Formats: sequence, C-alpha cells, structure tokens
Amino acid sequence: MRYLTRRVLNAMLLLAAISAFSFALLQSAPGNFFDAMRLNPRVSAQTVDGLRSKYGMNQPFPVRYGHWAFSVLKGDMGFSFSYNSPVGPLLWARARNTLLLTSIATLLAWLLAIPLGIWSAANKGRWGDRACGFSTSALLTIPDLLVFLILLLLAVRTGWFPTGGMISTGFDNFSFWSKCKDVAVHFALPAVGLAVVTWPVLVRHIRSAMVEALESPFIRAARGHGIPRTRLLFRYALPAASNPLISLLGFSVATMLSASVIVEVIMSWPGLGPLMVQAILSRDVYVVVAVVMLSSVFLVAGNLLADVLLFVSDPRIRVE
Amino acid sequence: MDNLLQVRDLTVQYHTANQRPHSAVDGISFDVASGEVLGLMGESGSGKSSLALALLGLLPTASTQVSGSVLFRGQELLARPERALQQIRGAAVSLVFQEPGISLSPMMRAGEQIAEVIHAHRRWNWRQCRTEAEQMLARVGLTPTARIFAAYPHQLSGGQRQRVVLAQALACEPALLIADEPTASLDARSQADFIALLRSLKEQARISILLISHTPEIQASLADRLLVMKDGRIVEEGDFDELYRNPSDAYTRLMLRRSKRARNSRLYGEPVFAEEQLAR
Amino acid sequence: MSGFRKEPLVCIRGLSKQYVQRRPLTSAKFTIRAVENVDLTIQRGGTLALVGESGAGKSTVVRCLSLIERPTAGEIWFDGVDVLKLRGKKLLPLRRQIQIIFQDPTSALNPGMTAGEIIAEPLVIQGEGTKSERRHRALELMEQTGLPAKWESKLPLEFSGGQRQRLAIARALALQPRLLILDEALSGLDLANQEMILRLLADLQAMHSLTYVHVSHDLRMVSDLADEVAVMYEGRVVEQKRTAELFAHPEHPYTQDLLDAMPSLESICEERSA
Repeated sequence: MRYLTRRVLNAMLLLAAISAFSFALLQSAPGNFFDAMRLNPRVSAQTVDGLRSKYGMNQPFPVRYGHWAFSVLKGDMGFSFSYNSPVGPLLWARARNTLLLTSIATLLAWLLAIPLGIWSAANKGRWGDRACGFSTSALLTIPDLLVFLILLLLAVRTGWFPTGGMISTGFDNFSFWSKCKDVAVHFALPAVGLAVVTWPVLVRHIRSAMVEALESPFIRAARGHGIPRTRLLFRYALPAASNPLISLLGFSVATMLSASVIVEVIMSWPGLGPLMVQAILSRDVYVVVAVVMLSSVFLVAGNLLADVLLFVSDPRIRVE
Repeated sequence: MDNLLQVRDLTVQYHTANQRPHSAVDGISFDVASGEVLGLMGESGSGKSSLALALLGLLPTASTQVSGSVLFRGQELLARPERALQQIRGAAVSLVFQEPGISLSPMMRAGEQIAEVIHAHRRWNWRQCRTEAEQMLARVGLTPTARIFAAYPHQLSGGQRQRVVLAQALACEPALLIADEPTASLDARSQADFIALLRSLKEQARISILLISHTPEIQASLADRLLVMKDGRIVEEGDFDELYRNPSDAYTRLMLRRSKRARNSRLYGEPVFAEEQLAR
Repeated sequence: MSGFRKEPLVCIRGLSKQYVQRRPLTSAKFTIRAVENVDLTIQRGGTLALVGESGAGKSTVVRCLSLIERPTAGEIWFDGVDVLKLRGKKLLPLRRQIQIIFQDPTSALNPGMTAGEIIAEPLVIQGEGTKSERRHRALELMEQTGLPAKWESKLPLEFSGGQRQRLAIARALALQPRLLILDEALSGLDLANQEMILRLLADLQAMHSLTYVHVSHDLRMVSDLADEVAVMYEGRVVEQKRTAELFAHPEHPYTQDLLDAMPSLESICEERSA
C-alpha cells in the first residue's frame, strides 16, 4: 500500500510539472485570445484592455500560474473565454462523450484482435496467417483520416447512419430505449473507424507475443506430455504471452482521451477533440491546460493499471 | 521376451533453405526390452536429442523429414496422426528433457502442471487429478507435498524442478521413459539423488528407460546395455559391462580414460579426433 | 606446478557481497547474502578450482574478482595492488590482466561479428595497434587456439559449441592476461570437446604462464587439472586445499557429502559386478 501511495504522489508531482510546462508553452506561443478580439474593428481597445485586466491576463506569469494552481486544488478549473463558461462542467460533459466513444472502440478492437492474433500465431506460416498479415499491413498503410472519410462517405451515400453529432433533434423527448438506440447509431461509425485504425497494431503485437510464447521450450515439453493443442494455446502459451499485452492494454487506457481527436473532429462527435482544437486555435488558455491535465491523468492511470495487472498476473513478479 | 520398442532404419533429415539437407540421424536401428535401461551415449551433434524427439513425433514437420519404422508394442508410431500420438505421449511413452527450468511453465503452479498431464489422459475430474498429482510428488520424494504443489517453478531449486518434470512423466504410468540428459544442469548432490530415484523406479516399477547422457558415470549407474552414437550412426553397441572391459570404438575408449587417468596430469597423449570441421 | 614459493597472484580477504531487492508494488526490501566473508588465495601459474552447487556464490566471487561488480565488503589484492581502491581510468590496465570465459559461448559472442573481429575487439577497445597489427594478432591467436586461419571471416553460428569456446578463449588471450577465469566454461560441452579444450588450456598455460580459476559444479572434471580446490557452500568457502589432500582427507561435512555424491567410474563399475 505504501508503494501505491508513493506512486500516486509521484504522479501528482508529474502532473504539477506538466501543468507548469503547458502553461509556460502557451504563454510563449504567439498570440492571445484578446489579440484576436482586437482585430475586430467593432471592439474598442479599451474594452479589450478592460477584459484583459478582468481576467488577470496582464499579470506576470508566475502569479497567474499560482492563482490557477490554487483554484484547481479548490476544484475550480478556470474560465473559458470562447465558451464563456467555467471550464469544469464544459470539460466533464465533453470528456464523458469521448470516453463513451473510445471505450467502445477499444473494446471492439481488442475483442477482434485477440482471437485473430491467437489464431494467426497458432497457424503461423499458413495461408490464414499470411492473409491476416497482409490485411493488417494494408490497413496500416491507409491513413486514419482516409478511413474516417470513407466511413463518412458511406454514411452520406447510404443514409443508414447519421453523418455527425451524438444525438438527433428532439432527443429529450425520446424514451430510454430510443435514447440508447439513437446514441448507438451515432457512435457506430466513429467507433468502428477508431477500432479499424487501432486494430492492426494490436493484432501484430498479440501475434508476435503468442509466437514467441509458442516457441518456448516449456510448450514443447508440455506437448511431449500429451497436452492437447487448444489447452496448450490458452492455458500455457497465452499466459506466458500476457506480459507485453498487459503493457499494451495500459497504453490503450492511457491514450483513451487523445486517440479520438481526428475522428471526433471529422464526424463532429462532441468530445474533447474538437474542444481541444478550438481552444488551441483561439488561445483559450485554461481550457487547453485543463484538457492536457486530464489526458495526463489518464496516461498515469493507464501505466499504473498496467503495473498492477502485471503484478497480479505474473507469478514471477509477484511471488519470490 | 517381447521388445517394447523396435526402431528400424530411423532417419531424421533437417531441411533448411539454401543448404543441403542434413541428416541428424542416419539409419539407426535398436530395440528396448521391457524393464531394461538402454543407455545412449554420444557427443553433441551426434543426433541423440533428434532421435528422442523423432520417436514421439515432436519434430517440426515443416523443416524435418523422418523416415523408417518405430514400433511401440507392435504399433507403428511414425506418421500416426497427431491425435493418436497425443494419447501416447505422457501416457505410454514419456519424455524428460534436459533443462527442467525451462520445461515447466513459469505461470502455473508445479502441482497444477502435473495435474494437467493427468487430466489430459484420464477421464477424471480436476479434484481427482490434483490429488493424484500430490501423490506423485510424494513418489518422487518432493515433500512437503502441499508446499511444493502450490509453489511456482521459479521458487523451486533445479533438483526439485527436475523431480517435478519426472513426476509429470510418470503420472500416467508409462511403459517407456525417455530421459534426455536429465541431470545435465543439476549439481552433484541433486544428480546423485536423481540417479538414485531412477534406479528405484527401474527396480520397483519395472519401467523401461532410454537414458540419453554423455556422462559415463550416469550410464554406469543405470544402464544395462549401451549404444554409442556418432554423427547420426551407432558406432558401438552392447552390454555395458562388456563395453567397459573391451571398448572397440575411439569414443568409448575416451569415456574410460576419464577414470584411468592419473590425477593431476594435465597433458594428454595422442589426439582423439584428428580433424575438425565446420558445424554446418 | 610452479610458483608455490612466490607471493600468490591473488589474495582475497573477507569478501562479502549482498544484493538488496525490493518486492514490486511494495516498499518491503529483502537482502540476499550471496557471498559472505570469503578468503581465497590463488598461486601464480597454478590452477584453482572453485566448486560448489548452484547458488553457492561461486559466480559472485568471480564477478567481483573480474571487476564486473564491486563487493559490499572485503579486499582483493592482485599482484600486490589493492584493486578495490582503484577507480575509473586506473582500473583499465588491471582489466586487461584478468579475463573471464563464460559457460555459454553462444551468448558471449556477438553473432553479428566475424571471428576475426571478435578476437580483435578487445584490442580495439583498449586502443592498441593498427588495423593490420590487430588482424595479425587475431590470426596468431586463432592458430594458438586451434582454429584454422581461413575461418577468420566466419560468423559464430557457423562454429560448433567447442569451436565457439575456443573463439572465446582466443578473444580472452588478446590482451595477454595473467589470470584467466573459466566460469563453468566446460559444462556445456560434451566429453570429446571437454577433453580437447582441457588440453588446449594446459598448453596455453605452459606457453603464456597463465593462472587459471576454474569454476565448476563438477568436482570430477576439475580434479584432474587443479592444483588447489576451494569448496563453497551457501556463500562461504568451507575448505581450500591441495587437490590430492582434499580428496584424501576432506574435513568439512559438505565436502564429504560432495565427494560421496560423485563416485568414480571405477567404483560404480565395481559395484555393478558385485
């Protein structure tokens, strides 16, 4: 337990460092939210200056950072200039949508990748394995953007799926089941797209981990004892192959908030992606930093999850 | 007496791309009778391990070609379908490999791995398999059985691991045990204990053993008859005692010089193997 | 055979090495006492056998002696120099003098380098000689270790196990060491190869006045070639004696156990006929 608390404390320090760093980076990036306003002839310079001092933008950097850090600890994540609302609620709503999409996509990708990777490794060198290798290579060479555009095209041409957004008009009046169906039909294409894009890498890793496990001497010894093939695959090879796969799972969790940026922007899924892009372009400082922080939390949590899972699953680490 | 195992003209060829096929085993014939220990001696590269694997069809089919005849209890083993071989492996004919550390799965408890072998061959439920596995641990002298059952391989010593592997091999009461350099990675005391264990097996359970080892002391402790292999062929064959008294082959003579050599003399006489060739 | 009256080449006093490990995901630490309070003396030009079962600490002693690791406590004197007081650059000339051959030649040799390159590598690292001088030396060493010169451009995988070990020996001799440590170097070879390598080592010892330390768990094998034997058990040296003495009059119960566990071929065969 002490070890875990130490890890968490380390994580906090890391997050603090990340926040300071992103704050500083934004500060040094050219441009300012208020500068954009100044370009607008209808807004007078005085108003701009007034707004700037209201939001404390003319104070030195350390002071601003100090204020912000302090208020974050109190739970207040700052204020968004573009959306004219506190960052906190804005972030949670968007983050929730992103997590919905990415968790379904991740689940889909892993559920497809695991059996295929295992089957491919078990039939190494034969036509099934080669076909699988060929298709994963092909998918890897197609840019993510293209995949999503193709899906979008599909939606437009066939009309089976909506072309964007998360809910249809009149959502609030739907029954519970209709609400679910509505959201499902909206996330179908983005989730499939995201799964298709992450799946090839997973399959390759699973396959190579399984191949390496299958070539271990203890598999040959077990085979020499007459253990049947399926049992060899799942009870002997798969656990031995699980180490690299658990690290991969940790990575999947870690990138849950950031993997979906492109698909969200293209298919107008109201998640963190478009929010982040918009905030960066308009120098909406507090939003950007908040999104970076949230992603970092997920990254750290993902790594910690992988460590804990490894500890639980591998007796070599756990027991001495 | 009926021969348990009859091997005739066994040949194992390895095919690798860009190279000539290489015969690891070249037309070997021998018999193993019930209850006898047949020792197989030879230097590395003589084909001993390939022979052991070939008998049970454990060589990769893509890159190796096995021909000849292997009759076990009168039935041909070569080219039997995998399903049939699976039933024989571990049940009628068992194999013990050289390095126990890598012959056991690191992710499973020792006792479980024995239970797995039992479950693969008997129609028992898991509880019965586990009980039997624990009894096997006692038979190979691993006590306290409960602790060893629950231990993972990396928690056991080399000698203990090798006994676990032996327990796996004996769990379904095989008629023939093939032991491929079973004590090579063990220290002196574990070696002595393991040999004693094999000897008691031979005397009490009347198991036939094909003992592959390049250590003459081990062969002397256990073997009834001896086969000496070189470059895939048998160069000498016969009763152990007779070979010890009258060896005709150079390699067999080498084995004896170990014991008759004077202590502390470091320079030896005439060269035994005049030419050296590349491995491939 | 020689040099018993001169000062010993290596003097190890009170050597201890501990490893502290932490259990993952906890802060609990536990200490492994690999080697405790070991005293060893190695005579010039002689051969010391260090025997004991796996886990006894032999490899740890050898790693400390060959300067791969620093001990937790103790002294190592090599030819009158206090080795552990040296650091960094001053250690470099000493490293040349102590070389080590490991059990598995396959993993000790870089699979991507040719035989000639492997043997010349220590010279490259120590910055000695021109390219052609190094090549000349490599060929010379190949000849001394019984490898045909025309195999200079072959890769290690083309050599057999015994030949790879010869390659490792040739490499170890490149810097003209005084002490050669063989850490289970013969354990992975079969009888014929063992014989050949032992013969080679005997010739080399006479040729270059080398001192050997053989680490082995096989007392039988080293009994023929060692002047002195040191027996290790659970991190300590329980006995160090001249070989004949040890076999004739073992004192420590572990040594007696060890000798009992390894009857000679003759005695086994005698028992058979009985």
